Amino acid sequence: MWEVCQQQAQAASPELQETLLNKVVCLPDHLSNKLQGENLPIFLPQNYFPLLGTEIIQVLQRISDSLRGGLDCSISFVSQVLGKVCVHGRQKEILSTLVPCLTDLTKSDCIWQRMCWRLVECVPDRWMEAVVCGFVQAAPGADVLSRLLGNLVVKNKKAQFVVTQKLLLLQYSCPTAMLQNVLGYLALDNSRRFLLINVLQELMETWASSSAVKHSPVEQQLYISKAILICLSHLKDVEIDSHRQELFTCMMEGMKCHLDSNLPRIRCLGMIVAESISSRINTDGPILKFQYEEDDETRELKSLLIQMPSPPSVISPPDEGRKDSPSAVTEAESKPDRKPLAAACAVSEEGSDSELDSDDDLIPYDMSADKELKKTKAPLYIRDCIEVLTGPEDADKWEATMRVLETLIQRNTAATQEVSVELAKVLLHLEEKTYIDDFVELRQKALVAVTTTDPVPVAQYLTSQFYSLNYSLRQRMDILDVLALAAQELSRPKAPGKNKLSSVQTPYIQILPGSDSSKDWRRIVDERIRSKTRRFAKGQSQVELVCAPNKFSSVAGHFFFPLIQNFDRPLVTFDLLGDDHFVLGRLAHTLAILLYFAVNTMVAAAMGKALLEFVWALRFHTDSYVRQGLLSCVSSMLLSVPSDRLLEDVTEELVETQTWLADVAEKDPDGDCRRLALQNLLLMENLKKKLEAAPS
Amino acid sequence: MTKQLVERKMMTALMSSPGFSVCSLFECSYFWMIATMALPPPDPEFVLRGTAAPVHTLHFSCRGQEPEFPILFSGSANGLVQIWNLKTHRVDTTLDGHGGKSVYWVETIRGRDELLSQGRDQKICLWDLAEGRSMVTDSISMDSVGFCRCSLLKMAQDRWLIAMPANDPDEVQVLELPSKTSVCTLKPEAGAKLGMPMCLKLWQPGFGACPFLMAGYEDGSVILWNLSMGKMLSRLACHQEPVMSLDFDSEKAKGVSGSSEKVLSVWSLDEQQNLKVHKTHELINSGISDVTIRQDRKILATAGWDYRIRIFGWKKMKPLAVLDFHTATVHCVSFSDHSSPSERLLAAGSKDHRISIWSLYNQT
Repeated sequence: MWEVCQQQAQAASPELQETLLNKVVCLPDHLSNKLQGENLPIFLPQNYFPLLGTEIIQVLQRISDSLRGGLDCSISFVSQVLGKVCVHGRQKEILSTLVPCLTDLTKSDCIWQRMCWRLVECVPDRWMEAVVCGFVQAAPGADVLSRLLGNLVVKNKKAQFVVTQKLLLLQYSCPTAMLQNVLGYLALDNSRRFLLINVLQELMETWASSSAVKHSPVEQQLYISKAILICLSHLKDVEIDSHRQELFTCMMEGMKCHLDSNLPRIRCLGMIVAESISSRINTDGPILKFQYEEDDETRELKSLLIQMPSPPSVISPPDEGRKDSPSAVTEAESKPDRKPLAAACAVSEEGSDSELDSDDDLIPYDMSADKELKKTKAPLYIRDCIEVLTGPEDADKWEATMRVLETLIQRNTAATQEVSVELAKVLLHLEEKTYIDDFVELRQKALVAVTTTDPVPVAQYLTSQFYSLNYSLRQRMDILDVLALAAQELSRPKAPGKNKLSSVQTPYIQILPGSDSSKDWRRIVDERIRSKTRRFAKGQSQVELVCAPNKFSSVAGHFFFPLIQNFDRPLVTFDLLGDDHFVLGRLAHTLAILLYFAVNTMVAAAMGKALLEFVWALRFHTDSYVRQGLLSCVSSMLLSVPSDRLLEDVTEELVETQTWLADVAEKDPDGDCRRLALQNLLLMENLKKKLEAAPS
Repeated sequence: MTKQLVERKMMTALMSSPGFSVCSLFECSYFWMIATMALPPPDPEFVLRGTAAPVHTLHFSCRGQEPEFPILFSGSANGLVQIWNLKTHRVDTTLDGHGGKSVYWVETIRGRDELLSQGRDQKICLWDLAEGRSMVTDSISMDSVGFCRCSLLKMAQDRWLIAMPANDPDEVQVLELPSKTSVCTLKPEAGAKLGMPMCLKLWQPGFGACPFLMAGYEDGSVILWNLSMGKMLSRLACHQEPVMSLDFDSEKAKGVSGSSEKVLSVWSLDEQQNLKVHKTHELINSGISDVTIRQDRKILATAGWDYRIRIFGWKKMKPLAVLDFHTATVHCVSFSDHSSPSERLLAAGSKDHRISIWSLYNQT
């Protein structure tokens, strides 16, 4: 039946063609409408369209036969069928049969190649996008794509737009393989290479635009970075030479705005891309080198760059493009395989060469204390410590002091209280004179210990220093970290025996910015979930609960209010609302943490009110990290402030906040922000329910 | 392996078991401690104070039957040998026979009735301790001024061999006791450049067999001497620095030596009487002043310049414990000769004037 239709179609009138086209493509819909439940399985779309695909191949076969026979044939109806099917969203079904066949047939036959190009070219413009996307998706490699599409992008404006703009810049859902297809396709033919360069320029412009960095989601930035790296891998040195200056300016621009970002992932992306570009444009000079942590993402990005630029021949040898990537993959895969094998060998060797019986029955004791012997003695008094830390350099003594300081402070509370502010000052200004591997941690622990032993004066000192001149951002953030940790320490009920254990287990706030506070709010959220979840089997948690007064309650105000007071007064060296938005984000997170630990205290209501005003003032901040901080402020306020006080004091603000939250949950470009806003809305809903239930 | 993961696995295993209770949850955390954190190192059983000088050598005598009590001899830098009663933890007798010069080797013969002590006054004194006496009955004068400790081997009833440094700086002399007749003098070939002997160990493959001597030298090599022929059988350069101490396990034909470097060297003796390095063990801090294998050949102890005593499994040199008690260099370690293994003790003497007594790995 189909063959007949299509045979006839080649000579039929336009109207007839139109109806036929409609009928052919929409047959499954019509049939299912008519037959309702009794539809034949062959007419289900997932069966029908592959069938249609094989039919198209057959028709093409005949056309090729007739072409060989010298007869002229039009292919446009088949193209129309293809286009219409694709635009109906059935690309996958039909192309899954078409593409493999065409790949085989076009491998050596130039008539088939020409026919195939013609087939795609004849697709009407309105359906072009769907067809091209379908081909890009279905093609197994760039060379196949190049064989199937020919120079379509050069001939057809629409296709060019789809390939160079739509697939790369206007969306970010394609997998990496597809990106490689598209860019490889552009790179394979000399007539298309100018497009590749254009594409790279546009990608670089996007990458380097600070507004794009600020307002587009991380995923899209990752996508663009990948595309840039693939482009770079395809470019030849000559082409790079001719565009070196542009690339260089873009790189500098982009690096600046990436490194400016508060999100570690974006910073990392910027570093990798900039490193790659600089290594390509500076073949002999010094290249950029950043320090970042290797993870799967960075490794993947780097592997994109390793792919060698394909040779400049017009028709590349088959599978050239594909060979590179799978070999890299197999190499990477085989490596971890070998290691355990080698390890196993080593183990077995060791086992075989010694006696059968071993020392295994002797259980070793803990030997972690076995460290390099230190020549100098650590000081025994707090005042000695201050002397060492401020005095002349003596590396060994200094290190010993740092290591012993926290325990000294905790042991001698009274002695510490005498010099607490002085000690805090010394510690805050302390610089790493000689390298100690965990210096930052030691200093932080010591500062936290000072703050917990003498909360009020030290907190006053620290909060006043936060807003004073002549501090680095690092120091200001240290202040915030210390305050948050001290609050946690103070609010934790202390049982003499378990104290040690718990302090070991709780992850202290790490120094890597970004990760730590996110950990903090994650912990808060976890705790919140725990508090909201009803547990049926409560095992040990109940047994271990220790009752103790919340020491933080009496001093919470000293921690909180000085911090929230001055945020809108810019100093010469410190402008929270301007460039230093990273610290502002940290400040917001810290305030949220402080309020969270002040739960069940008298001052919480006042703190909540102040915090809500703070949030309101900053709610349209452009930086997503700051917004995240604000949203965690809202949630800790909802959790810590008693609900009746909330309703009494800040009803209007609450309603306003709710609308803002709804807005954020819907429109914010950052995924984390949306999620936090949603959680807040949920909390508000719960609150409302509770209030409704209470009076009745 | 993260802690959470293990705990979760344990929890699921416990929950699915029929006798699940809160109690087993605690057990679970206890298991966790054992599985990952290992027990903290033990404290000393007791500490002997009152030598008033750095302790250089220790020797147990615990084999006596009731009502005899276990005793410990200690030799210290002030020239005194003190006899400690290990029941009361007090000094019973003090022997002063070296004119205030440091005593650095003590050994009993004939049970605990006679004692040999070697001092820096270049004398080896023989003490008669029977029936409460404490007098020097005999003495051998040495010409060597080095720090090399002697070594004693019982050959037959009332016949011993003692190896000690001789008058030539690189020679070792072996005497027979109690006759004090020279058995042989072990002199390295000319041009060997061994330096002084630093530590000696007499041994014999079986009772009545021909005795051998292991000697560690200043240049870092360990040499096996055949006493009956008086000739060098094998030489192994296992250290860069002087060999401070060695011990040899004749049953397994394996020995261990420590020097002022950061390594312990384990070497073995093959059938052709050749020494070869079996293994080296890297230490955290440098300097080993004494190394001793326990009589049951299960563990060995080292005395470190880093104030720490280290315990290793002897079979594979598996590190077992680091005992951090002393506040100055540990000079000597010694295992007790209790007849029942469960009572066995380890004693360590240190420059900080204290002797620490430990009870470790006694379960058989």
